[in-house]
Amino acid sequence: MTTTPQLGASPTGRQNREAVIRVEEIHKYYDLGETRVHALRGVSASITRGEFVTIMGSSGSGKSTFMNILGCLDKPSAGRYLLEGVEASSLTKKDLARVRNQRIGFVFQGFNLLARTTALENVELPTLYARVSKQEGERRSREALALVGLADRVEHFPSQLSGGQQQRVAIARALVNRPSILLADEPTGNLDSRTAVEIMGIFQNLNEKGLTIVLVTHEPDIAQFAQRTIQFRDGKIRRDEPVLNQPRAAELLRNLPALED
Amino acid sequence: MRTLDRNKLRSALTMLGIIIGVGAVIAMLGVGQGAQKTMQDQIQAMGSNMLFVGSGTVTRGGMHLGWGSTKSLVYNDMLAILRECPAAKAAAPGSSSNAQVVFGNDNWQTRLNGTEPQYFKVRNWAFQEGSSFTQNDVDMSANVAVIGETVRKSLFGAADPLGQTIRVNNLPFRVTGVLTPKGTSSAMGDDQDDIILIPLTTLQKKVTGQPWLRWIMVSTESRQGSYVAQQQIASLLHDRHRIRPGDPDDFFVRNLADLADVADEAGRVMTLLLASIASVSLLVGGIGIMNIMLVSVTERTREIGIRISVGATEGNVQQQFLIEAVVLSLLGGILGILFGLLSSLVITQTLGWPILISPFVVLIAIAFSMTVGVFFGFYPARKAARLDPIEALRHG
Repeated sequence: MTTTPQLGASPTGRQNREAVIRVEEIHKYYDLGETRVHALRGVSASITRGEFVTIMGSSGSGKSTFMNILGCLDKPSAGRYLLEGVEASSLTKKDLARVRNQRIGFVFQGFNLLARTTALENVELPTLYARVSKQEGERRSREALALVGLADRVEHFPSQLSGGQQQRVAIARALVNRPSILLADEPTGNLDSRTAVEIMGIFQNLNEKGLTIVLVTHEPDIAQFAQRTIQFRDGKIRRDEPVLNQPRAAELLRNLPALED
Repeated sequence: MRTLDRNKLRSALTMLGIIIGVGAVIAMLGVGQGAQKTMQDQIQAMGSNMLFVGSGTVTRGGMHLGWGSTKSLVYNDMLAILRECPAAKAAAPGSSSNAQVVFGNDNWQTRLNGTEPQYFKVRNWAFQEGSSFTQNDVDMSANVAVIGETVRKSLFGAADPLGQTIRVNNLPFRVTGVLTPKGTSSAMGDDQDDIILIPLTTLQKKVTGQPWLRWIMVSTESRQGSYVAQQQIASLLHDRHRIRPGDPDDFFVRNLADLADVADEAGRVMTLLLASIASVSLLVGGIGIMNIMLVSVTERTREIGIRISVGATEGNVQQQFLIEAVVLSLLGGILGILFGLLSSLVITQTLGWPILISPFVVLIAIAFSMTVGVFFGFYPARKAARLDPIEALRHG
């Protein structure tokens, strides 16, 4: 397949499909007094609906900054970011909050669950900021928890759950408002390899149901589960290529020896 | 909201500041208003809406003599007041002397007043036993006496004084009644119950030998009326006593409403003083809330980051923290009111001070504690809402 080192034009065959995320020549720099740190130096890419993309790169490559911009937590210093055809930089703070609430689901490395709050309440959190009734919010939350296989753990507190279970609660929370994109920042970074594969299995399942997933990782083992890998280096895209022969996480799991518990 | 529940100890400690503040305000206002009420009651006890007309002082040959040393105030002055001053409702004439009272082996030095039966109505003074001497007694210059509680205690102890004969300045008097105690007047500072009252004519003819009056008590319909009556009496007596403009008066008219006004004012000032001292503690409580909310914002930076990342707007976050602050202070306010009521009760029980707590004060306290919550919660809430979500998520 083609390798697109700089411009990141969509590989052929996806061109006619709708671009959910489209970035054009975005730059990001931070002014730290005298020096200017250039985190992104002209990044262009396009991600279409239903894609499962991993973003790789060493620390300092700009991948986290890129993710923050995709997640509307940060704005590019220059360039355009179109989310489902809407120019993100034109949105107000309130609109951006709404985008984060409705269209984007976040999964973090450190799970970022509220302590002393049950799994169900954690998942309900985004619905509190959406225009849904309390009953509907709870119904959706239970549904989302069932989807990640935690239907029997709704009343548990994060401290009573394993790392993998906590991450699944976080995924359920990301899904509860039915976003079109799931952004995951090193979701397996704090997990052992077996649990990491389990989580990737969940992502693969969700992707098959049509969810667009963008996942940041620095582990090639994890990146292989996605359909496409974008490599960052020094604030630029170095490689953008499809993954050949992705393994099925579910099958891999069967062959993997069960460790403890 | 649930966060408050999860940090019970901290929430409780935060509220403590407000609880003590509001409690102190409630208790202090209660004490202040109670004191004001007490003073009012005491002034009422001296006689409500009353004017005291006294014969004036004269300076004779360089000697300044005390009040009552002139002979110009007479019984006809009283009749003229009743006739010509419409604001005056009733009046009682009187003269005074000191008396040595003896009963059995006990004796007592007290004030001896001669007056007429309406005196007790004018002064709004009831009997605990027996009744007043009658107009007939006055006409006959009878040897009958009404005694105050202090005199009764000193002479009779547990014995029944009614119908007994006491000796006043060596004259025998039959006791017809005992007055209910009025207590020591805090405004005047003397014991109002240390008194013996006999018919005016008896005093004038048998004790002092002086036909003039030392005082006239005048009652009016209202406090307002007492000011009018004061004017009317003064001008009437000016005419009757033929006092030329510029000459000193040979009488004075004292209005007890003036005294009540002064006492009112004193009470108000005292209440205000106590309340402002207590407000300082409320202010400190408010700063406590702000402090805890600021700590809470720092401590929950990550939580705020999570909330923002899942779609909370600045408004949502600000609202959350503001509501927390208001709930804290409001809850503190309500507990503070209970605390204030309780401490008022303790003060009443132990110190015997009367406490008056009006619902208005309670309402003010609630409103005030809520305002404190909004005021001191605003800055921390703003700070929370302005957090950068990326930084916030990286925190802790």
